[in-house]
Amino acid sequence: MTGSNGTTVKLLYFAWVREKVGRAEEVVELPNHLETVADVISWVKSRGPEYASAFERSEVIRAAIDQRHVQPSASIRGAREIAFFPPVTGG
Amino acid sequence: MAVRVQHEDFDVGAEMARLTAGRTDIGAVVTFTGRVRGEAKGQPIASMMLEHYPGMTEQELARVEAEAWKRWRLQASLIIHRIGELKPGDNIVLVITASAHRQAAFEAAEFLMDYLKTRAPFWKKETAPDGTGHWVDARESDEAAAKRWEVA
Repeated sequence: MTGSNGTTVKLLYFAWVREKVGRAEEVVELPNHLETVADVISWVKSRGPEYASAFERSEVIRAAIDQRHVQPSASIRGAREIAFFPPVTGG
Repeated sequence: MAVRVQHEDFDVGAEMARLTAGRTDIGAVVTFTGRVRGEAKGQPIASMMLEHYPGMTEQELARVEAEAWKRWRLQASLIIHRIGELKPGDNIVLVITASAHRQAAFEAAEFLMDYLKTRAPFWKKETAPDGTGHWVDARESDEAAAKRWEVA
């Protein structure tokens, strides 16, 4: 959904990113000038102190678009769901 | 080929029996079980919470499994990963690989574990006996273990 007001996407947070942000998910309107995952992180960081704290060490945060791992340079075009999380620790 | 993400425990013997029932083409079965240790970095832990990304977890496990089938001649495979609160000694993960001869099953099982550890969206939080929680850090050795399978 891209309109003049921006792009509506669902943001999800996991593990300590979720704890610091204080929520597991939210639907937001991303400004149209954002193009990459790294752009979204910069924008999210500016949303308040809890976001700034959660994304402080943004270099360690991993991302997924529509449930697939992506690099910070990945385009967010067409994304419906963007997730942010620490490196995974399963197994 | 199958992946399951579940709260419940699993029975290794029962899963292996189900996977191989009636299959005379399978000459080798490898099972790997990951369990919760009672201490982390020398400190005792009371419990471990496993969080995951519902939807992506299943897809990522299936992608890892499909990759193993591309690389080795497998006859059957199964991945089970538990979520929720676990105690020391509890099972966490089960990988079963089956092939005609042992080498494929051994290698594929190791590959599946190395890959799922760096790709499947699970996060562990340990709770100490005094109630303090601690998110487990990803290990560089896990990243290195996964990297050695990269095709040049």
